Amino acid sequence: MNAKLLMSITVSAAFALAMAPAQAEKAASNLDAKTAEIVKRDFRDKGIAKATRVNQDELQAACSKYVDKLPPKLKAKLEAKEAEAIKLPVDGKFMGDWKAGEKLAQSGRGMTWSDKAEDPAGGNCYNCHQLSSKEIAFGTIGPSLLNFGKVRGNGEDIQRYVYARIYNAKAANACANMPRFGHMGILSEAQMKDLVALLLDPESPVNK
Amino acid sequence: MRTKQTYKALLLLALSASFAAVAAETAVTDSDRIEQYREMISDGNPAEFDEMRGEELWKKAAGPNKVSLEQCDLGKGAGVVKGAYAELPKFFKDTQQVQDLESRLLTCMTTLQGFTEDEIAAKPFASEKKASDISSLATYVVGQSKGIKMAVSTKHPKVKESYEIGKRIFNYRAGPYDFACSTCHATTGVRIRMQDLPNLSHNKKDAQTAYTTWPAYRVSQGLTRSFQWRLNDCFRQQRFPEPKFASEATVALTTFLAVSANGAEFAGPGLKR
Repeated sequence: MNAKLLMSITVSAAFALAMAPAQAEKAASNLDAKTAEIVKRDFRDKGIAKATRVNQDELQAACSKYVDKLPPKLKAKLEAKEAEAIKLPVDGKFMGDWKAGEKLAQSGRGMTWSDKAEDPAGGNCYNCHQLSSKEIAFGTIGPSLLNFGKVRGNGEDIQRYVYARIYNAKAANACANMPRFGHMGILSEAQMKDLVALLLDPESPVNK
Repeated sequence: MRTKQTYKALLLLALSASFAAVAAETAVTDSDRIEQYREMISDGNPAEFDEMRGEELWKKAAGPNKVSLEQCDLGKGAGVVKGAYAELPKFFKDTQQVQDLESRLLTCMTTLQGFTEDEIAAKPFASEKKASDISSLATYVVGQSKGIKMAVSTKHPKVKESYEIGKRIFNYRAGPYDFACSTCHATTGVRIRMQDLPNLSHNKKDAQTAYTTWPAYRVSQGLTRSFQWRLNDCFRQQRFPEPKFASEATVALTTFLAVSANGAEFAGPGLKR
């Protein structure tokens, strides 16, 4: 092999190595763009689920792009933005009725195209969490909340914390699996208060 | 028809008895129950009736052109049904598209038989009131891949691209609940209520078992459900709008899931709760 050829091979190999990550990044971003285009074209209105639901907000787009593993700076920025938008109850009260909360926690209904606009959405809590010791059909995507209030008490700080967590779980963890019940208008203020009571009221089956 | 209904009634009776028996126990997952049910009826699956219906439809002259689907090319040559499903989705030269089984059947029903795409896509899934021809055809075709190893090739750049897009759709969070497929299907060993959830993106075995057992007879609905239906109902529960039948988005997601199942023997049509 002559020197010139060897040189040219070395140079092109080095060039390829240097270019590879940049090209891969470009290819990935092209695919991201194409995916968004396809999704926007291929979903349609059905019942209350309108096609515009596929349009992502900043947080949804970031969690999708990074597959729930955000760069730390972006994560902190998004969490701060979500936290800022939390609206606490104006009357300063966080605890509602745990019985209504338990009923709400049981219901997995709401906001699918087979639900009606006038049907109230459920809390979907048991789909993912253990709550009352009496309910054995609980999901395991989220942590167990059994004895939640028994362990933590029910002072004002923990009440506020739980309310905010239900209102927008993404303020604490940007790519959490849990929906943003208040932020997205899934549950009303009164319903979220009932769920706070379900977790914190000493009489609630969660704490018995 | 009478035999079919008697059969179904017996199955349901056996199932409720099994449910009642295990309900006395504490935490028994739906998967445990369905496993018992599967053992009880290991000799047969009501999906077989849909396979038979599909086979008749495949061979029957139909549509404005009054021809059968026996010249339909599912990727292994005109009329070859055996093993075709184990290699789908695939890139098809005539349509210049990556197609899954149902999208390909749609092509054959329109180009060969002369149906319009709209009339098929308007009601592509079976209901209690009405069977779906395209769905029964799909049940028949998948049954002809039973025992054959999944081998979906990503050599073609368009299939590779479809896989990559499908992976992105799997992780695409949107809607009022911020859900993606990955919200429920990217962790091993979790469940919704008592329903076990397969980890489709990080667990080869889960991905293989899930994909190779669809389409399936849904006991709770008394209907055989196609793969397009399976995706459609997932998106419903994700609080998404409806994916268009046999659209590029659904085919891409199917490509991602099918490739993840490569190497496993196809075992459908399956049997589900």
